[in-house]
Amino acid sequence: MPTIHVDVVSSEESLYSGEAECIFAPASAGEIGIYPKHVALLSTLKPGEVRVQTQQGVESIYVSGGIIEVQPDVVTIFSDTAIRANDLDESKALEAKQRAEETMADASSKHDISSTQAALAEAMAQLQMISKMRGKKH
Amino acid sequence: MAAGKEIRTQITSIKNTQKITSAMEMVAASKMKKAQSRMQASRPYCEKISKVIGHLSHAHCEFSHPYMKEVGHLKRLGIIIISSDRGLCGGLNTNLFRSLLKQISSYQTQGIEIDICTIGKKATTFFKNLGFNIKSVLTNLGDSPHLDDLLGTIKVMLDAYDKDEIQQLSIAYNKFENTMVQTPNLTQLLPMVVTETKEMDHHWDYIYEPDAQVALNVLLKRYIEALVYQGVVENIASEQSSRMIAMKSATDNASDMVKDLELIYNKARQAAITQEISEIVGGAAAV
Repeated sequence: MPTIHVDVVSSEESLYSGEAECIFAPASAGEIGIYPKHVALLSTLKPGEVRVQTQQGVESIYVSGGIIEVQPDVVTIFSDTAIRANDLDESKALEAKQRAEETMADASSKHDISSTQAALAEAMAQLQMISKMRGKKH
Repeated sequence: MAAGKEIRTQITSIKNTQKITSAMEMVAASKMKKAQSRMQASRPYCEKISKVIGHLSHAHCEFSHPYMKEVGHLKRLGIIIISSDRGLCGGLNTNLFRSLLKQISSYQTQGIEIDICTIGKKATTFFKNLGFNIKSVLTNLGDSPHLDDLLGTIKVMLDAYDKDEIQQLSIAYNKFENTMVQTPNLTQLLPMVVTETKEMDHHWDYIYEPDAQVALNVLLKRYIEALVYQGVVENIASEQSSRMIAMKSATDNASDMVKDLELIYNKARQAAITQEISEIVGGAAAV
């Protein structure tokens, strides 16, 4: 039985890597089965189950969407870790923009802790100087 | 013995500081190990997806995606800058900013304007104070960031690229070479630079589902996100190891200082005793 190399990866970890007899994946147009020497294919995935059939049995991996790339001798599945939806991404982008605008507008954030500490040390030195000079006068 | 008392308090305060720095060193060491394993865990995705992008550049696709096309005119450049949220990590952020500013000023002399996206508090305050145009901000990522957290900031920059507001997008972060060495790194994300391979020269193309545009759009976005995520994770590993080294040298310096001060203290103590004895002897001789 010929085999095909399969990698299932998500951005935060590798989920499966090894040889398989065939793979079933939930492609956007419906479930597809891939055997060795499959023609090159690039497809998006729907959330669902990826089944990898090996000589030892069937390995089942859940993916929440992603991409599948098929080459005649290797299959790579990129699983999404994040929940993806256009409007959700949009609202996140808006949040990031808003934070940027707040930062630009907020004059008080000019001083982060380190620069505030530096300013404090300077003020303390000045105070010390003043009290020393006063001491001399008396 | 008035000087002696002062030295004693100084020694105690240095010892207290030393306790803090050595604790921070140990914390950073354990966090670094975690960050390193996270970095390694995210590497396969990055490697695999760049391989696919490599394949894709050799496929003869009738649809060519804007992310892969070279843009002729470069007027505005977008940079995603990744820094740490906290300080006390040696020259890590400063080195990155310094090398970045050098490159930015060389762009500015060519008349190219810069838009910035900052990840991390240090970059945000630094580039804000310099008066750069900040398009999006992300802070307080913590030690174990997830891709979800980054999506918004990345989307802002990708949208700007789609609208032709910026013609090039780069990412700047500290590359983790090993525990001792982290190098500032500026890489171009868009338009994509693909490395040429000779393997797949024959005429072929993918079958795209649902169609070429949708599939490529998803794939290329994932690729950019993976690169940014990798940058963030690597920067965290760099931050922790840099902090560990900085705190280690701080602890060592503190023990050197304590040693020196103790020497001075003992000398002062001996001098005081000697003086006292000679006074007594002098007094006895006078009687």
